[in-house]
Amino acid sequence: MSDQAVDYHPVWTELGLDLAAHDALLRAVGELFGDAYLTQQNRPQGMDYLNFVMSEVHGLRIKELDDYRKSGGTVFGTFCLYVPEEIIRAAGGWCVGLCAGAEFAYDQVEQIMPRNTCALIKSFMGFKLAKVCPYIESADLVIGETTCDGKKKAYELLGDIHNVYVMELPQMKREQDLAMWRGEIRALMAKVEEVTGNTITAESLKASIKEVNDKRRALQRIAATRAADPAPISGKDALLATQVAFYDDVPRFTQMMNALADELEARVAAGEGVAPKGAKRVLVTGTPMALPNWKLHDIIEKAGAVVVGEEMCTGSRYYQDLVSEDASTLDAMVDDIAEKYLDINCACFTPNQGRLDDVVRMAKELGADGVIDYSLQFCGLYEMESNAVEKTVRDAGFPVLKITTDYSMEDVGQLATRVEAFLEIL
Amino acid sequence: MRVLGLDIGSRSVDAVWLQDGRIVDWEVADSGFDPGSVAAVFVDRGAHDAIVSTGYGRHGARERFGGTAVTEITAYGAGASVLFPDAASVLDIGGQDTKVISLGPSGKVIDFEMNDKCAAGTGKFLEVMARALGFTLGEMATAAMIAASGVAISSMCTVFAESEVTGLVHKGEDRARIARGLHESIAKRTLGSLKRVSARGPLVFAGGVAKNPAMVALIAEGFAGEVLVPVEAQIVGAFGAALSCPQDPAPRMT
Ligand code: SF4
Ligand code: SF4
Repeated sequence: MSDQAVDYHPVWTELGLDLAAHDALLRAVGELFGDAYLTQQNRPQGMDYLNFVMSEVHGLRIKELDDYRKSGGTVFGTFCLYVPEEIIRAAGGWCVGLCAGAEFAYDQVEQIMPRNTCALIKSFMGFKLAKVCPYIESADLVIGETTCDGKKKAYELLGDIHNVYVMELPQMKREQDLAMWRGEIRALMAKVEEVTGNTITAESLKASIKEVNDKRRALQRIAATRAADPAPISGKDALLATQVAFYDDVPRFTQMMNALADELEARVAAGEGVAPKGAKRVLVTGTPMALPNWKLHDIIEKAGAVVVGEEMCTGSRYYQDLVSEDASTLDAMVDDIAEKYLDINCACFTPNQGRLDDVVRMAKELGADGVIDYSLQFCGLYEMESNAVEKTVRDAGFPVLKITTDYSMEDVGQLATRVEAFLEIL
Repeated sequence: MRVLGLDIGSRSVDAVWLQDGRIVDWEVADSGFDPGSVAAVFVDRGAHDAIVSTGYGRHGARERFGGTAVTEITAYGAGASVLFPDAASVLDIGGQDTKVISLGPSGKVIDFEMNDKCAAGTGKFLEVMARALGFTLGEMATAAMIAASGVAISSMCTVFAESEVTGLVHKGEDRARIARGLHESIAKRTLGSLKRVSARGPLVFAGGVAKNPAMVALIAEGFAGEVLVPVEAQIVGAFGAALSCPQDPAPRMT
């Protein structure tokens, strides 16, 4: 897809990908991207970088990972926000997000897991079984976590065919849970040091905390501009920025996102937007939307509204909190990391009042006209929590629409009707 | 100004011609395999200044004939509240979907729910069950009205319910009681949706299934409030679409 048309087949072959299946996947993602993204009007120029990253999603970046590994680097694959990137980078490792957002090889997946498993799990397992994901094949170690039951068990299955390490995550946020979590972070450090052969020092950890915070700060700047009416960037584009944050080179990504934020701030000052001023504004909350899952945003924005925020792991939960940069000893830094990460508001925790507060706060700050609560089908946690979200958001005075769906395109027509009807009543 | 309202559904294409807010003509036709061409026949009459489409075919119609499009929710809300100015909620059971809408004081949609994923509890469901019972649709409704009590039907899925019904018939269960049980189970499910959107009376019951007296009686029995059935329950959507015409400043009266 790039101008130079570099052939990456040798790298893919080396990684053991099924080339025919992989070509089919790339083609499908390319079409999806073209239809959802390249049809948009008035996009910020800074999106050229993300367009380029997408056009090279299995190309240049995979080559970079390959070169890095050949020069002795270690790549860690993660599935969840709770796995601290700072620790991995402090040991000289690189992190890539492995969540997948497209239906692939479900027939193979359903031979080893129940049909009523959420699309996120089925999808990453499908990518693995069908050998089409160069990221997981580049990952020397996959770090899982005991979040939902589905993932917990899926890591056992993945462990049969890939190198997997699992962190234990508490399910409450009391003092004793934090103590346990601090221990888990230290255990991860030991593991990461063992795999990379490098020692984490106060200097290296301090640097990686700063580096990852800077990435979050850049995304926070982008998020803040979305409060403007007209919104300077589409929800789809902003979502893509967060999705790419999970696997792109950190300093480069941060630099490019700061440039995008500069442009967006200038747009806001000039009153320029992607959708006309007064377009309906929607906040989306719920389960993460892994690349290339743009389904809901695409439906909302093709109906003429604009998504102004995502309260999800591919959204505010990823960048809203920073790790404190004040500590100077290694121990204190690790404790700061433990604290910041336990602050993430995921539905696997009970209670999860923080998420409800975040949704209402964001709806107000971003000037949303309504909230759409998005759950992946068979995600017991988010589907269950959706009731509390609906009630809280309604009580705060915002109309809310609950959507449960998966990655298939069968229900797009029906979802569009529901979304359009919702927009008509806002 | 004359507005053509089109409701392009999976079972029928309905057209309403509105002159300054009054219905001057209406038509209902089978969707067939190409609802767009069915609608084109109405459009080709040319007797309109503007078109508003609704129903699942609304976007296709807008592209093909111009004009604007609104969802069924907005159209039914608008149609029902002009037909019955004090309507507080709407129930529409059509050929393949069910919607419940709760309306605010001025007829504005406040909340809605749609069952659009499967045929459970829709006109299609009743058709399949009538066939399984060896009734016509009309006979099945009459039988349901006559039966003193219904047999409990446990599945709402059209496929499962059909085999359940067939099983009951083989066991020698009274067909009228089965018919009543089927109607009761749809009513129960529908009343549940109405509750979820906090629907209050008067409730306007529209759509093809509103012509079924057994369903109307059961909904009226279970709903805390008045239930109103428009004479031409099928054209509420097309009427509401025409009323939603952005360029038409005409008084909303019939
Ligand atoms: S939703 Fe929860 S389990 Fe899933 S990635 Fe986010 S934090 Fe992890
Ligand atoms: S969407 Fe829900 S079920 Fe699926 S992996 Fe995330 S938390 Fe688990």
